[in-house]
Amino acid sequence: MTNILAAGAVERHLRARRDTGRALLMPYVTGGVTPGWTRYLTAFAEAGADAIEVGLPFSDPTLDGVTIQQASEAALARGASTRRILADLAEAGDVGVPLVASTYYNLVLHDGPEAFCAALRRAGVDGLIVPDLPVHEAGELTGVAAAAGVDLALLASPATPRPRLEEISRRSRGFVYAVSLMGTTGERAALAASAAELTTRIRSVTDRPVLLGFGISTPGQAREAGRHADGVVVGAAVMRRVLDGAGPDDLRAFLATLRRALDQE
Amino acid sequence: MRMAPPWREPVPATGTMGEPRPLGRFGEYGGRYAPESLVEACREVDEAFRQARADPGFAAALAELLALHAGRPTPLTPARRLSQELGVQLYLKREDLTHTGSHKINNVLGQALLAARMGRRRLIAETGAGQHGVATATAAALLGLEATVFMGERDMERQALNVFRMRMLGAEVVPVTTGSRTLKDATSEAMRHWVGATGDSHYCVGSVVGPDPYPWMVREFQRVIGDEARGQCAAELRTGVPDHVVACVGGGSNAAGTFAGFADTSARFVGVEAEGGAGAARGRLGVLHGCRSLFLQDDDGQIIEAHSIAAGLDYPGVGPEHAHLRELGRARYVTVTDEEAVGAAVRLARSEGIVPALESAHALAWVIRAAGDGELAAGSTVLMTLSGRGDKDISTLKELL
Ligand SMILES: Cc1ncc(COP(=O)(O)O)c(C=O)c1O
Repeated sequence: MTNILAAGAVERHLRARRDTGRALLMPYVTGGVTPGWTRYLTAFAEAGADAIEVGLPFSDPTLDGVTIQQASEAALARGASTRRILADLAEAGDVGVPLVASTYYNLVLHDGPEAFCAALRRAGVDGLIVPDLPVHEAGELTGVAAAAGVDLALLASPATPRPRLEEISRRSRGFVYAVSLMGTTGERAALAASAAELTTRIRSVTDRPVLLGFGISTPGQAREAGRHADGVVVGAAVMRRVLDGAGPDDLRAFLATLRRALDQE
Repeated sequence: MRMAPPWREPVPATGTMGEPRPLGRFGEYGGRYAPESLVEACREVDEAFRQARADPGFAAALAELLALHAGRPTPLTPARRLSQELGVQLYLKREDLTHTGSHKINNVLGQALLAARMGRRRLIAETGAGQHGVATATAAALLGLEATVFMGERDMERQALNVFRMRMLGAEVVPVTTGSRTLKDATSEAMRHWVGATGDSHYCVGSVVGPDPYPWMVREFQRVIGDEARGQCAAELRTGVPDHVVACVGGGSNAAGTFAGFADTSARFVGVEAEGGAGAARGRLGVLHGCRSLFLQDDDGQIIEAHSIAAGLDYPGVGPEHAHLRELGRARYVTVTDEEAVGAAVRLARSEGIVPALESAHALAWVIRAAGDGELAAGSTVLMTLSGRGDKDISTLKELL
């Protein structure tokens, strides 16, 4: 029987790696963005990713900046859908690190949370991020996800007050996704000042892994973020390169620079 | 034998169009599906709105702005010649006569006062037809606030006059070039912008959509339409209450405000959507722009772009309270085509000397159709909200006629 309070595969994996002293790296790719897009997953894993976030593109990505908007549009224009992306993942098989799907709640509701989570598991996806599902609306999904063995990671933002932060940390599975700044996804020139403060606040209420995301684009920023958090999520910096035509080898090289920066700490 | 009515009998009004359940639930619809970064901002708006509602000073200040600046109350005009032609008694609630030319000003003055009270210095808004944008720019100028209005590039072309009006009023108009380049995308972009500006800016949502408290708050600010009409109907109509209350529905704010004034009566509610933007009539359950409601979607769950000649109805969803009223059978939602709407606009112009907004013309087109096919019984009384005037649509009409 599944213990719905227990953390699943993503959290066990991330905790184990963190406990060896390693700073975690979770790169993002928009599912279906190019033909043969799953080759990016292998490249990410080879470059030292600890988990990979796979975006299921939505027509109206209200929390994404231009880069991921464009990637979503490109994927949808190619005919990408939840079903096809999950079929691609099933075909690609185990890439060696956990996969975490991310998408907007409309796509979860489309077939219903139960069917959605079951489909994720069948495709080998063990985690889920839903940026427009705040903790107070998540009740419909948390139990279903846990029962299916999908770690639903909740987001915390610099504007989140402490009591909410406690609730988010308690109900999140896999990790707590710390949104580094008040803004949308997209590359930034520097790590936001709010990143360190938010991470400190989350760490004071939980020992779950804390991953910092939004805006982290360079090795320098990754190193700095790694000093505060257990690891980083890198999305737009990856997808800008993909949109500019960079292939799996190019991305392996880019992510290797981030890996080295994180390991230097 | 009594014919089954095409809609269920009105349910007892208790429990409808009052305060929603916690976190803005209307039945299973509504809610606050905002990204975590906006949840605190939504809570602040909710708290400020509740305090303002309980403050007689706020109500007095708003009533004064509505009277002195917006020109309220608006008249209830019997459409005499058209009524004779149609065989029903049609009354028009004249929101087209407000300052800036549509009902949007009612909501905006309320939210702008609220924003000032919250110490915000800037209003952010999305706009489709440009009417909400113009109203926002106007209220901002009046109260000494800044205004940033997001507008789809396609709408900027077809509503060029309103773009100029907004800029003349001192607002910044930001073109939105993503997706269908209409209202849906302008709304997404306004939300993205708000995430980075919650400290000093208020997001002035233009319809009964968005995360809680917006659907409820906007309906309350639009309730003035229904409340005034209720009193006017009581004075003018032999029956006191009309048999039917009809309004066009984009997101549904003029309809919600109108319906709210008659929630506890036996009047039958009809919301008229554009054929190509029928969220209530043809949408399925989803979450977009912060609320759970009905949205047009494809088989994969992607939101479908709406298509309407009326930019203000070019939205693939509908406010959560309408989804709820529909489910309860308290209101029903019908659609009319672009051609029917244009025909109705011309007919109103020639029979009553009123050129309506193309959005409002949708409501009239249904009245004309329903009077013709007997859905509206001969002699029945119909209150229709004429949500706006047609000046903004003249160039569109010129190309068609
Ligand atoms: C004149 C007019 N009527 C109706 C609408 C539709 O909005 P709602 O459904 O919120 O009343 C608009 C929106 O732009 C409008 O300008």
